[in-house]
Amino acid sequence: MTKIIKTEKVQAWYGTEKALNGISLDINKNKVTAIIGPSGCGKSTFIRCLNRMHEVIPGAKVTGKVLVNDVDIYSAQVDPVDIRRKIGMVFQKPNPFPTMSIFNNVASGLKLNGITDKKFVAESVEKSLKMAALWDEVKTRLHHSGMSLSGGQQQRLCIARALAVEPDILLMDEPASALDPISTLRIEELLQELKKEYTIVIVTHNMQQAARISDYTAFLLNGDLIEYDLTESMFTKPNDKRTEDYITGRFG
Amino acid sequence: MNNLQAQYNKHMIRRKATNYIMLTMMVLCAVIALIPLISILTHIGASGIKGLNLGFITNLPSPVGETGGGMGNGLVGTLILVTIASVIGIPLGVLTAIYLSEYQQIGIFPSVVRFVADSLLGIPSIVVGIFAYVVIVIPMKSFSAFAGGAALGIMLIPIIIRGTEGMLRMVPDSYREAGLALGMRKWRVIVSIVLPTAIRGIVTTIMLGIARISGETAPLLLTAFGNHYWSTRIDQPIAALPLQIFNYAISPFEEWHNQAWSGSLLLILLVLIISIVSRVATRQQKFK
Amino acid sequence: MLSASWVDRIFKVITLLAASAVVALLFAIIIKLYTQSSFSIDKFGFSFITSTDWNPVTGEYGALPFIFGTVVSSFIAILIAVPISVGVAIFLTEIAPRWLSTPIGFLVELLAAIPSVIYGLWGIFIFVPFVRNYIQMPLHDVLGWMPLFSGPPLGIGMLAAGLILAIMIIPIITAISKDIISSVPILQREGALALGATKWETIKYAVLPYAKTGILGGIILGLGRAIGETMAVTMVIGNRAEISSSIFAPAHSMAAVIANEFTEATEDVYLSAIIEIGLLLFLVTFVLNGLARFFIWSVARGPRGGIRQ
Ligand SMILES: Nc1ncnc2c1ncn2[C@@H]1O[C@H](COP(=O)(O)OP(=O)(O)OP(=O)(O)O)[C@@H](O)[C@H]1O
Ligand SMILES: [Mg+2]
Repeated sequence: MTKIIKTEKVQAWYGTEKALNGISLDINKNKVTAIIGPSGCGKSTFIRCLNRMHEVIPGAKVTGKVLVNDVDIYSAQVDPVDIRRKIGMVFQKPNPFPTMSIFNNVASGLKLNGITDKKFVAESVEKSLKMAALWDEVKTRLHHSGMSLSGGQQQRLCIARALAVEPDILLMDEPASALDPISTLRIEELLQELKKEYTIVIVTHNMQQAARISDYTAFLLNGDLIEYDLTESMFTKPNDKRTEDYITGRFG
Repeated sequence: MNNLQAQYNKHMIRRKATNYIMLTMMVLCAVIALIPLISILTHIGASGIKGLNLGFITNLPSPVGETGGGMGNGLVGTLILVTIASVIGIPLGVLTAIYLSEYQQIGIFPSVVRFVADSLLGIPSIVVGIFAYVVIVIPMKSFSAFAGGAALGIMLIPIIIRGTEGMLRMVPDSYREAGLALGMRKWRVIVSIVLPTAIRGIVTTIMLGIARISGETAPLLLTAFGNHYWSTRIDQPIAALPLQIFNYAISPFEEWHNQAWSGSLLLILLVLIISIVSRVATRQQKFK
Repeated sequence: MLSASWVDRIFKVITLLAASAVVALLFAIIIKLYTQSSFSIDKFGFSFITSTDWNPVTGEYGALPFIFGTVVSSFIAILIAVPISVGVAIFLTEIAPRWLSTPIGFLVELLAAIPSVIYGLWGIFIFVPFVRNYIQMPLHDVLGWMPLFSGPPLGIGMLAAGLILAIMIIPIITAISKDIISSVPILQREGALALGATKWETIKYAVLPYAKTGILGGIILGLGRAIGETMAVTMVIGNRAEISSSIFAPAHSMAAVIANEFTEATEDVYLSAIIEIGLLLFLVTFVLNGLARFFIWSVARGPRGGIRQ
């Protein structure tokens, strides 16, 4: 099994407040890895360390190593811009660019990266929207504003936007937290489809969801990695008492 | 690494170069914007300090060729003009702000009042000068300190309304409710709770407004007019610091140019000290 | 306790009266400007703004040279001030660390506190010679064959006025742009960054499109200020009522002619013509300010139909 991401003792701070206390965890290629844990335990912080988005926040700091395809993304020679375009990210709240049309939202990553071939871009937009299960709903109004969509559609638009640049890895921070059950279901189906080509790391609050969609699960608590295992094993026979308490709903 | 990712690399160098060039340009913009400020302050400091002495702020202007002239009458004139403006502008502005914040926050009339205040704020000062000329100078048949003070007062009103309203709105509603719950009447709540709580902010607003109007020149050309002599009468033309700076600056005499620089130093000290002190005061208040 | 409730009512009425007085003041300004210029409006009609003939001796009053001067000098000011102001705003919000952006922002604000007569004084003795030696002369040598840059480099003139106006409106446009840019949600920036955008690309594709309406509001506010500015302009523009194709030539402006000729205008029609220029200035700035506020306000509510984040 190829380990596409390896983290070694990743610690993260917001100013002087420490949010991660040294997380070491390897993520398998073409699998869905779920990160679970109670609110404030550092799930978002951890996945933002994987594409160097954590440092965007003023005063934020990371130490330790994150190897992506065996390259240390925090080494001095590496430009975060190069990392981020190989690792797509979908945020907790949908954030389409409000001044761009649906089409341009999806095409934005390609255009940014210098892809100008119109035919290629159009095909890529269609392909990404189909993958994100949004195509049928928007194909007749591609040139409307991205803000004209519902919250669930906006989130799928953001997924399409991330897919269009064809990243190797997709990071998703509670992509379904603001969605209704039907939209959530579509996104879950989509993930099963996507994992054939992508490696997916998904943060979720929802244990049933983690159990349904992921191959591996990591449980974080107060900035520490408590347990990391095959999802099946973790949910049937957890090794740690705290994991058991959490997945059986006894705390958090 | 997939095919598309490989394509991206072709553009990376250009994109990163553009990034550095553009970011450098932004830094450059900041530098360019500050150069005039530095130039103005250093030239006023250097050229103005020579002539700025006690005589300068106590003496009358002297004719060309004679030394020892000053802008004492201009300084006093400016203080009188600002006083008249304050008497007109502060009560009107503060009362209007109280109306907007305490009595009627929403509705058509308050919106109209705010719109009017914002519009007054944007009127060119020379136009305010015309208005004061038409309604005061023409009926009084004379340029006067009163007309000048009124013009400045009109400019002061919208500054005070908008600033004071903001300060009053920062007073938490719970303070007002505490007063009302004690059985106070509304005017009592306003006078003994709301105003005292917001007083620092209101004073700051007033000081900033005064700093702003005390350097105004254009409306005074049509109203206060200027005066070579001491005059404290409000029904007569009166000297003002900015007017004297203007007249000396456009004169052909080197000596008067020097006086204009000294006058500017005096004026800018007045204006900057008032605005810096009041700005620092508001900063501290926000921290509390 | 009867008296106490009266006090309450009186207090409210007093504040209402003050607010009404402020509204009445604006109406009074409009009415007075209109009635005082009606003589000129009736006499010259529309030709007032199309005629170039401004001649108190023959009693002909056409304001076109002044309108031309105001429009062109303000246009130069906007052309120069907008990129610099937006650049400074971006520098302050996106690039500079806090310890640097606070004092620099403060200094830029100070620019707005300097009285315009001081800009004029500095303009006459420092800035105009600089413009002549380091901007006009080189331009004249290289591009002197173009009508736009023809004529003797005097220093004083349209270009100097435009540039000094640019300096004066930079703090206004910067202040508004800075507020608007810092109100762009962080999530928008992160959306672009996560796609692999560089910092500049994030600003260009995520921040500026979101903020552009509000920045436009700031620009219009700056334009209104430039149009109404009197002292600095009259001190460096040359005060000559001519329309020249060259930006080096002396010119005049609407505000400047009021300042210069108002107290000399002894005849009724002369005074009325000058007040009509004031009325025009008032109307233009009134409309521009309304427009500016609308744009700034519409951004404060978020982009069209947008959810607020
Ligand atoms: N911008 C920030 N500034 C300061 N502290 C922060 C910031 N963001 C998060 N934190 C802190 O870091 C810790 C981890 O936060 P994080 O957002 O990673 O939690 P999370 O597991 O994603 O929670 P949730 O499920 O609520 O999204 C929390 O204690 C939080 O208070
Ligand atoms: Mg989170």
